[in-house]
Amino acid sequence: MRFLVRRVGFLLVTLWAALTVNFFIPRLMPGNPAEAILAQFHGRLNPSALKAIEVALGIGGHQNLFTSYVDYLRNTLTGNFGISFSQGNVSVASLISRALPWSLGLVGISTIIGFVFGTVIGAVVAWRRGGTMDNVLPPTFIIVSAFPYFWVGLLSIWLFSLTLNWFPTLGGYTATSTLSWSWSSFTDILSHAVLPAFTIVITSVGGWILTMRNNMITVVAEDYVKMARAKGLTPRRILWQYAGRNALLPNLTGFAMSLGFVISGAILVEYVFNYPGVGFLLLQAVNNEDYPLMQALFFLIAVVVIVAIFISDIATALLDPRTRNNR
Amino acid sequence: MKRPHLLRSAASAGRFLRRDKKALIGSIILFVLLVIAAFPSWFTPDDPAAEVYNPGAGLSWAHPLGTTSFGQDVFSQVMAGTRQSVMIALVVGFLCTILSVAVGVTAAYAGGLIDDTLSLVTDVILVIPTFPLIIVIAAYTKSASFWTIVFVLVVTGWSYGARQLRVQALSLRNRDYLLAARARGESSWYIISVELIPPMTSLIVANFLGAALYAVLAAAGLQFVGLGNVNTESWGTMLYWAQNNEALSAGLPLWALAPGIMIAILGSALALLNYAFDEVSNPALRPVAGRRRRKAVA
Repeated sequence: MRFLVRRVGFLLVTLWAALTVNFFIPRLMPGNPAEAILAQFHGRLNPSALKAIEVALGIGGHQNLFTSYVDYLRNTLTGNFGISFSQGNVSVASLISRALPWSLGLVGISTIIGFVFGTVIGAVVAWRRGGTMDNVLPPTFIIVSAFPYFWVGLLSIWLFSLTLNWFPTLGGYTATSTLSWSWSSFTDILSHAVLPAFTIVITSVGGWILTMRNNMITVVAEDYVKMARAKGLTPRRILWQYAGRNALLPNLTGFAMSLGFVISGAILVEYVFNYPGVGFLLLQAVNNEDYPLMQALFFLIAVVVIVAIFISDIATALLDPRTRNNR
Repeated sequence: MKRPHLLRSAASAGRFLRRDKKALIGSIILFVLLVIAAFPSWFTPDDPAAEVYNPGAGLSWAHPLGTTSFGQDVFSQVMAGTRQSVMIALVVGFLCTILSVAVGVTAAYAGGLIDDTLSLVTDVILVIPTFPLIIVIAAYTKSASFWTIVFVLVVTGWSYGARQLRVQALSLRNRDYLLAARARGESSWYIISVELIPPMTSLIVANFLGAALYAVLAAAGLQFVGLGNVNTESWGTMLYWAQNNEALSAGLPLWALAPGIMIAILGSALALLNYAFDEVSNPALRPVAGRRRRKAVA
């Protein structure tokens, strides 16, 4: 119970910190960009768009810092992110809700694929420590995970799309088609998702392999694994039912911790592939100086990561009583 | 007193490199890149910025990697760009490490409320996704300069190391030799700098390398999307121009691929060294089966 209270408290503190950072960034920059932006758009935009910027930056009218901070908190918590002025005065919330499924689908599925593959490979590699696989795979993936995500994306576009013509280059679906609940739409979306997903899996799998391998090495030395061996259980059973299960737990925590990394990489992957998700939207907002959209997106991404970490903390604690007393 | 100590560490470094192939390869690559970064003019046959050649030329002896669609020599650009990435890696790695050590060790050594506060700040920064934050900050500063990028990367990059170092410092805190130092009446400053930090060297180095790797990748990503100063010579900026001129579909893939390969090479060198130092600080991971060590669980 105490554990749960602590975690919930931490969740709230982090969310508040993300909110506050988001509020103060435009104010703390040299030359106060918030005021400059407002001045820059005066006369060029209609009043509702101006209002949108004021809401996003929390600089409405002649308020002092504190009241605008309170206004900003209230607006954000009620989901009122203002209006995006670069995308035809649509509300920021609707733009985001359009982009979110694409990102959740692409990043979510490819992260899970990468995690599962990495965990299985890491477990097997540690089990046959010093074998050929153990000598080849970990160093290879140390190197691969140091590649820039976006560059692996460029490379796979060049190789699989432009040279071999196996997959479409850009976008989340064929621009000329209309999406529907049909088989052809499904395969269209799938063929567009293969390359970006491949990019994310290839660059993230190495991290999971390494952490799982390290956990396994610790676990394999435990007494209960020796005991299982002494009982004459099959190696396969020891590997998966005894050692693997226990090594997986710290990896779950690592999973949450690395989620921020994966999402950061995914932003650039979406950008490279013009994939219609949240990351692409964020960079479009940056290029168009669409500050309300930009701030809302940062906040959204932060919330997703923070909540995911919270869930995995709770899950780890449920699965592994040993962690409940720690911190 | 100083000399034999230095000699000893040089000798142990040599042994480390001979034994560990990952560390050896990583160091060689890093050394070559450092030389290129220090003396780029030795390696650039042409002025990297000059737009004087046939635009979009293929491979040739004069242009080993072809030219850009502005008529610049790709090879010269790649060589000239080394300096900035290496500088970012070193400077951000160094500053992040200092901050990590300061926060992590202080938290562990002081304990109590100071530890709680510092740990909370560390954990909060750790879970807030940094790259989107960097993008937002860079968007407000408009074409971030070298030092802006360094600043942002340091502010967002120190927390992981601080957390790791805190855990290790905590495990050392109550060892007998530290208690003995305290009983002797040594000052906290002496205990921290002479007794507590030296045993943590390999983890500190591993953290430096990790932070440097993060800095290289994040800075390249930032410049790639056009949030850096697009007129500087760097690999990220090259990628930005290549992408904006559709180098891949224009038949100039090397313009986009070459700087990426360089980032990958630098990144791999840092990652290999990082991994090697991880094995030093965690004996259980070494190729020879070592003593058991339970991993700290978050």
